[in-house]
Amino acid sequence: MPQRREAAIVGINEYPLRVAPGVSSLQIKASCAAKALEDAGLSWQDVDAVYDTGGDQDIGGLGISEYFGFRPSVIDTTYVGGTSFEFQANHASTMIAAGKCKVALITYGSTAHSARRAIGTAGATGIGAATPINNMEDPWGQTLIANYAMVKNRHMFQYGTTNEQFAHISVATRKHAMRNPEAVKAMTDLEFVGVREITVDDVLESRLIAYPLRLLECCMVSDGGGALVITSAEVARHCKKKPVWIIGTGEATKYRENGGDITLSAGSQSGPVAFADAGVSPSEIDVLMAYDSFSITVMCLIEDLGFCPKGEGGHFVGDGHLAFDDPRKPALNTDGGGLSSNHPGQRGIFLLLESVRQLRGESHSQVQDAKLAVAVGNGGQLGSRHATGVTILAAD
Amino acid sequence: MPAKRPQPRFPEPDTEPFWEATKHHELTYQTCDDCHEVVFYSRQHCTGCGSNNLTRKVSQGQGAVYTFSVVMQSRHPAFAELGPYAIAYVDLDEGFRMMTNIVKVNDPVADIQCGMRVKLCWEDQGEGEISLPMFEPA
Repeated sequence: MPQRREAAIVGINEYPLRVAPGVSSLQIKASCAAKALEDAGLSWQDVDAVYDTGGDQDIGGLGISEYFGFRPSVIDTTYVGGTSFEFQANHASTMIAAGKCKVALITYGSTAHSARRAIGTAGATGIGAATPINNMEDPWGQTLIANYAMVKNRHMFQYGTTNEQFAHISVATRKHAMRNPEAVKAMTDLEFVGVREITVDDVLESRLIAYPLRLLECCMVSDGGGALVITSAEVARHCKKKPVWIIGTGEATKYRENGGDITLSAGSQSGPVAFADAGVSPSEIDVLMAYDSFSITVMCLIEDLGFCPKGEGGHFVGDGHLAFDDPRKPALNTDGGGLSSNHPGQRGIFLLLESVRQLRGESHSQVQDAKLAVAVGNGGQLGSRHATGVTILAAD
Repeated sequence: MPAKRPQPRFPEPDTEPFWEATKHHELTYQTCDDCHEVVFYSRQHCTGCGSNNLTRKVSQGQGAVYTFSVVMQSRHPAFAELGPYAIAYVDLDEGFRMMTNIVKVNDPVADIQCGMRVKLCWEDQGEGEISLPMFEPA
């Protein structure tokens, strides 16, 4: 089956700072948008489709379009947490293939660090909206990290996965981060203790945040943002950079379910759909950009997308073969991930950006002859309600 | 006086009957008269078939820990002063899974296991107020 060549990512930009005081999320978006268009060799006036979660501007997609100054024929403000950008990229590729738009811009910006948003350890405030979800979770004091920790605990109970095995995810990711100057600056600016490569023991000796998750298994809280440009095959031919094609897409959701298996993410549904759509198999993938909010998120996504059988993720990650320079595939989170490079709240866009760098040959931890990459995001909370968007990308 | 936990807010018509029942120490869930789905959390409609023909029932409060975490760091004052505490999903014998706390253990990391049998207990918050359903080792 020939790979699809209908929509391609042709322009990318990642905001260089993770600590950006005095800058708004909107300004981050506009800055990244201009640079992503420049990267593509397209102009501000070429944009006819706006993809943004719209959360930082009144009246959502209308407000953000006015702020930018675009006159889009397509607006999509799909918001499903951190994987919103895989969902949006997938939707953009479909709309472009259908001829509804030609140049789609996806934007993200956040000042989570500078605004001192306590994300992982905040838990319920008891002042949010009166919703069924809030009313049925707030009184017991679940923090976001504890939600993921419950999944890790069950994974260890059900499959015998060890803390040592989980730690390899953090070790490989940090190795990549140390090769990425922006990640090194991020860890320095955020005052990480020890901006250096880490060992399994470092992870095991870091402090418990929510048993059984330790500090070095948890992502940072940074400022940041990014933008990417998706266009048609026709327009892509005239762009500055070589196109990175969207060849397979999948989206799914999962909830707390009576009798359900909490270790099984929505990726168990959207992964196989995306691979069937692309006509490729997990064993062919060179680069896996898997949402690393926490070590357990990566473990579940690796298994659920079929890189190994369910429950065998511990063995799969446990021998350190996730590094960019290991001949075994795939390399994991070669930009340094949310654990060690960039996590302003919704990391999904960075999964796509680094996938594109790899398929262009522009990564700081370049996988040799990378031809196929998977960006798999996870939004919401893994242990309760979450979404998993999968975007499979290919170089010519 | 210790800080109060975050409280459910009303009006919120789906979950209000659940919380009203806790005032009488009743842990309630629903089953669908049409498709027999067990519905939790409390809603007006069945999540399996959309029917509004739901029957509210009182649980016996017996179940097992499906999974849990022990929170070491929480910024809300009511929890910050608790010390490490256990958040869990408990599978009730009637077939529903709920978020809750596991209490009355010395060391939550060592004394709680997945699969462990637990039983319902209540944390009262004051006369006429909603009570919080929690679980302790059976």
